[in-house]
Amino acid sequence: MSIEINKEKCVGCGRCTEVCPGSLIKIGENSNAEIKEPQRCWGCVSCAKECPVQAIALFLGKDIGGLGGRLFVKKEESLLHWTIVKPDGRKEIITVDSRESNKY
Amino acid sequence: MKLQVQKLYTDFLIIGGGTAGCWAALAFSENSNKKILIVEKANIKRSGCLAAGVNALNAYIAPGKKPQDYVDYARADAAEIVRGDLLLTMAQGLNRAVNGLEKAGLTILKDEHGGYAMRGERNVKINGENIKPILARKISSNPQISVLNRVNAFEYIVSGNRICGVYAIGIDSPVLYVIYARAVLCSTGGACGLYKPNNPGFSRHKMWYPPFNTGAGYAMGILAGAEMTTLEMRFVALRCKDTIAPTGTLAQGVGAKQINSCGEVYENKYGISTSQRIYGTVVENLKGRGPCFLKTSGISKQQEFDLYKAYLNMAPLQTLKWVESGEGPSMKNVEIEGTEPYIVGGHTASGYWVSTERETTIRGLFAAGDVAGGCPQKYVSGALAEGEIAAKSALKYMDESFFEIDGKEISKRKQWLESFLNRLDSEFSTDELEGEMQAAMDKYAGGISSNYSFSEKSLGIADEKIFEIERKSENLAALDMMSLVYILELKERLTLCRSVIAHLAARKETRWHIFAENSDYPECSEKWKLYVNSKMENGKLNIILRPLVKEGEFYEH
Ligand SMILES: Cc1cc2nc3c(=O)[nH]c(=O)nc-3n(C[C@H](O)[C@H](O)[C@H](O)COP(=O)(O)OP(=O)(O)OC[C@H]3O[C@@H](n4cnc5c(N)ncnc54)[C@H](O)[C@@H]3O)c2cc1C
Ligand code: SF4
Ligand code: SF4
Repeated sequence: MSIEINKEKCVGCGRCTEVCPGSLIKIGENSNAEIKEPQRCWGCVSCAKECPVQAIALFLGKDIGGLGGRLFVKKEESLLHWTIVKPDGRKEIITVDSRESNKY
Repeated sequence: MKLQVQKLYTDFLIIGGGTAGCWAALAFSENSNKKILIVEKANIKRSGCLAAGVNALNAYIAPGKKPQDYVDYARADAAEIVRGDLLLTMAQGLNRAVNGLEKAGLTILKDEHGGYAMRGERNVKINGENIKPILARKISSNPQISVLNRVNAFEYIVSGNRICGVYAIGIDSPVLYVIYARAVLCSTGGACGLYKPNNPGFSRHKMWYPPFNTGAGYAMGILAGAEMTTLEMRFVALRCKDTIAPTGTLAQGVGAKQINSCGEVYENKYGISTSQRIYGTVVENLKGRGPCFLKTSGISKQQEFDLYKAYLNMAPLQTLKWVESGEGPSMKNVEIEGTEPYIVGGHTASGYWVSTERETTIRGLFAAGDVAGGCPQKYVSGALAEGEIAAKSALKYMDESFFEIDGKEISKRKQWLESFLNRLDSEFSTDELEGEMQAAMDKYAGGISSNYSFSEKSLGIADEKIFEIERKSENLAALDMMSLVYILELKERLTLCRSVIAHLAARKETRWHIFAENSDYPECSEKWKLYVNSKMENGKLNIILRPLVKEGEFYEH
């Protein structure tokens, strides 16, 4: 499980590099965010929540049964809009409001 | 590469800006106008256990219940090996901590009377996705508190058993920090990565505990001669297979039962304490009735959707797994497994041996949260409560003067660190040695592949292997500051491994299945109703057995 950074989308703002609890992301060549050792990622999604342009996607590694789907997240005030792109390209969007508590 | 030495001075130094550390800083500032410095290896905005978000506040005293009820529950779950004084003082602070979090901006579910909606007897329902940014915001708006982000602490500065400060290195820049303080709090969290994880391949860091909490606090304490307690009580979590996502939400939220592959509910057969739930799963597997599941199939679509949301708030990859496979929990039961063992004093009782005031056996050094021992079932709110107690004790202590270390000592550290940075090549990589350590612990010190069980003989082999890896680790090479941090992390894990092995060998009984499954002594014994502690003296680790401390007692070293 790890992250993937879309170089086309990344604007090099560095916000993801600041929050990673493992300090795994750096601004590299062409002022793009880079993750050199994706196998060190914990999957906490902190970086993707910070990214203003949704350049960061999370995926499940093949070794833990990942099928190629991608998870994106967009923050809008107290809302988190989660987009799951399924392996066949179809999308599912789930919005969670942080002012609303878990039911469980 | 050369390191630049930078000296800093503060009144109250907090090592690790996580749950307990941030709260301690805030509590200290409310009671004093002295300076506070937090040293944090990541960035306090999203570091440690809370980075991904948490699901509930697991420790709260519900209306009609008393702090003593919490003590009784934790004591029973840990089969008696707890500190009554620590549990009671923590339990008395739980509700204040929860109220404080709500005031800071955390969403907590209310019932129709305006009280907190409870999940069971002790849990408060929240939206915990943004719990860490909420804490960080409170810190950054407080002018008394400074934060050094991306600075990794690795050794205490101690003189005559008094804490003077800490050595740390910059992760982004080649700096050796020498930080002096009048009192110090260690709140670096627990340790993972000692044992081979569930998924040792590409996804090796997809583990329960944050892979970046590598046990620095324990190792620094052990090497400085601090007394440690109950390191043999390892923690193993019951998790969703592959994603290692929590199972409590399924068990408590939608009432899913643990079933074996024949569809039989087995959880009642073995007992329902944390270790018994995992023990049951291991035994069912051993008897050929695995794999085991949480029976979720048949829940409603609405429940399924609520679960998707709940998991997005704490373990989003589980929701990805359900959705990408097209098989949600209403259709398919969720397979479960035990994780590799961790050392986590917030769940079990392992960590620093502290006084009732949370002072370690090193004068002026306090401990709180997952790194502090004797007080299991702390969780988030207990870590906050302990942070508050430790901060108030530190304020009372406050050494008058700074003790500055001899320049030669600083040069020695500098040269040692530079030796890794200037070595161009090494026979082994840090990752290889980490793999060797995890394999040795897994096979000989009760990891997953040995069904968590060990013997005196196997522990002897583990100790020899760890000793040998420690020796090899002196010759590692670091390309940059980040890889130097990885070497230090490996070394602290190795230090902790040796103490864990010594503790496992010392307790000659099996008090907790899975957590300490001693195949030479498979029964629980009345004789071992005591603490197994350890202390490094002149390079040798000595075991100390101590009688139980009850609530109502005020324990001083
Ligand atoms: C995934 C997960 C989910 C959980 N879910 C819940 C839940 O739903 N409810 C609940 O009540 N409890 C939950 N817990 C337990 C709870 O979160 C922890 O017990 C508690 O947060 C521990 O607090 P701490 O301050 O000891 O550690 P942390 O909050 O992890 O803080 C330790 C800090 O020290 C820093 N650090 C480490 N080493 C160094 C070093 N060498 N130098 C400088 N800094 C360093 C770390 O980066 C980190 O910021 C969960 C734990 C985990 C891991
Ligand atoms: S998901 Fe978490 S651990 Fe992984 S790169 Fe992003 S911030 Fe770092
Ligand atoms: S936050 Fe997004 S845009 Fe900014 S550097 Fe990271 S990936 Fe690029």
